[in-house]
Amino acid sequence: MSTAMAVAAGALFAAGTYLIMQRLLTRIVVGLGLIAHGANLALLGSGGEPGAAPIVGGSTGVISDPLPQALVLTAIVITFGVTAFLLALAYRSYVLTDSDAVEDDLEDRRIAELSRKEAA
Amino acid sequence: MKIRSSHFLETGSRTIVPTLLVVSVFLLVVGHNAPGGGFVGGLLAGSGLLVVFLTGGGRAVEDLLPVRPATLIGSGIALAMTTALGGLAFGGSLLSSGKLDIDLGWVGKLEVGSALIFDSGVYLVVTGLVATVLLRLGDTEGARR
Amino acid sequence: MTTVVSLLVVVPLAAVALTLLWRRLWVRRLISLLSSATSFVIALIVLFTVDAGGSVTVAVGGWEAPLGITLVADRFSALMLSVSAAALFGVLAFAVGQRDTDEGFPAFHAVYQALAAGVALAFLTGDLFTLFVAFEIMLTASYVLITHRAGAEQVRATMTYVVVGLVASGLFLLGIGFVYAATGTVNLAELSARMGDIDPAVRTALGWLFFMVFGIKAAIFPLFFWLPDSYPTAVTPVTAIFAGLLTKVGVYAIVRTQTLLFPLEAPSTPILLIAGLTMVVGVLGAISQGDIKRILSFHIVSQIGYMIMGLGFFTVAGIAAAIVFIVHQVIVKTVMFLVGGLVESASGTGRLKEVTGVLHRFPVIALLFLPAALSLAGLPPFSGFVGKLALIQAGFDAGRWMVVGVSLLASLLTLFSMTKIWSAAFWGAPTPNLRRRPSSVMVAATAGLVGLSLLIGLAGQPLIEIATRAASDLLSDSATASGGSA
Repeated sequence: MSTAMAVAAGALFAAGTYLIMQRLLTRIVVGLGLIAHGANLALLGSGGEPGAAPIVGGSTGVISDPLPQALVLTAIVITFGVTAFLLALAYRSYVLTDSDAVEDDLEDRRIAELSRKEAA
Repeated sequence: MKIRSSHFLETGSRTIVPTLLVVSVFLLVVGHNAPGGGFVGGLLAGSGLLVVFLTGGGRAVEDLLPVRPATLIGSGIALAMTTALGGLAFGGSLLSSGKLDIDLGWVGKLEVGSALIFDSGVYLVVTGLVATVLLRLGDTEGARR
Repeated sequence: MTTVVSLLVVVPLAAVALTLLWRRLWVRRLISLLSSATSFVIALIVLFTVDAGGSVTVAVGGWEAPLGITLVADRFSALMLSVSAAALFGVLAFAVGQRDTDEGFPAFHAVYQALAAGVALAFLTGDLFTLFVAFEIMLTASYVLITHRAGAEQVRATMTYVVVGLVASGLFLLGIGFVYAATGTVNLAELSARMGDIDPAVRTALGWLFFMVFGIKAAIFPLFFWLPDSYPTAVTPVTAIFAGLLTKVGVYAIVRTQTLLFPLEAPSTPILLIAGLTMVVGVLGAISQGDIKRILSFHIVSQIGYMIMGLGFFTVAGIAAAIVFIVHQVIVKTVMFLVGGLVESASGTGRLKEVTGVLHRFPVIALLFLPAALSLAGLPPFSGFVGKLALIQAGFDAGRWMVVGVSLLASLLTLFSMTKIWSAAFWGAPTPNLRRRPSSVMVAATAGLVGLSLLIGLAGQPLIEIATRAASDLLSDSATASGGSA
């Protein structure tokens, strides 16, 4: 894998991780997309050195490994479907709650309530 | 819900939409050994539906489609599964493929593989999926149902 | 035989197509039920064939192993397929009996069958990438099932489920990339042959990466936080099938990859540590809850610990015990949630403070709850006892007294938690909210699965024998791989 690709994949993962730590659902969706892209790029890079298109009877020189490309294509299709679903979900969450923000964890809230009761 | 759109888009769409649909079928047919295929073709058909949606709203998309999007997805999966089973029926393994050369005279030669039928299934699924996304997400009233 | 094995994936997918094409609800129900019943019969046929004649490999599209995708049915996967098909059929019958699950959710049967296809593919696949695809089919279907009809309160919890699932998928994909870069293949059989050649440090890192990825799906100790919040929000049949099946597919993937690709030193202390923590933290979480479905959700986590413990011994007896335990859990966990659902549908609530006296009002529900609860706690002669006894024996053989002691403690706490549900919801004077009699189809579906669990308990010996053969298959495959690294 070339250094540039490795760095790019790392940067995508870093940015994606930062975004899914945010409170806004739209940012989380974008963050997940970036993580998926980072993983795809890493997978693409796992095929080794780049070369000509791997077609039978095509070029005679070094050809690139077709398998990671096929895998990445499949992964992209899956990401496409899931991201569409996630957007739908984020939208419904917005419609239902009129806010795009993620609240505190349910269990955390219950425990906070308990301690508030005990203090009172 | 009728979305207000520009006259340019509305006029342009009358040329763009049929072109997109025809090119999408072209991509589907050549897909077995040239760039293209069911997924790309389906997405292109989907972008045709998107243009229709932008000019006429969800109603126009529903009018354009002969059947419900769910039927599109269902028949697409059914078509793909038929090809998969065809491999079994003709003594091969699951999903094994065969092909048929058709001479279309002056139009040229067409290689029809069972992969094309499978791809048509993919095409239908992807088109149906985009249509579903447009109708359920784009239409604010639809999403509130 | 290869045709029959491929049908296990084809039948549910065909049912997806057909249920989308027909609009009438009863036709959809019929197609869906037929598909699940057929899958169950096929899975049993495959199980008996494979147990007698060794594993069956299908080269999809006629492309052989290093190039193409293979489906492999061996004893472990055939066993998992059979038990998961039974659970899928039982829950589907329950959902049809409950009526409001699929009424008003036109795509329910299509999505449910897609889930079944994903699960079948996950058990059958012979390569890592197809395993990823199978997980995605299964999880995407589960996202749809869990978020459907989620109101303002639930939509956040289900969002957590989806986001956690997607992060795990991203890491899974990354892991596949690393494996391919290190070895040049994603086929499991090829991988196990090549794994010995790569640097042991890289191999350990990959092993833990996959352990983490599947650990998120399986809800092991530090990674289970998403489960108790999200599972109870869905409708009963959906929660039941998630509880019974989805986490176990994660465990299946852990067992498969850890034995085949990354055999650690036996027994593995870090894995046993995680197993012990999973058991204890899960059961303590369960005790502190006051809602039937939330209690049971924490028990899912706790019971996963037992399976990981069996794996952690890395002996034939340990892994065989883990397999028996998974089989028992798929059925019993599903039953527990179905019974919880029966209580809920009878009274309209699952909160223990708001419902008492189910025993007097609807004795049949109590009759179904009792064997399942005692089985979950591991009392003889129920199925849980068979699994736990085998696990404890394996633990003694491996000389790991600590984790065995922890598992016994967790069993005791499980029994306590079950008694809590029993004394709160089933004993006492019936509350007036116990009005709706559950439909006979729902009760019959639950009773069928309870019967299956009793069968496992009473006829445990053949199951242990098959599981032992499956476990020795798993470990002997990995022996070829560990040659180079030891």
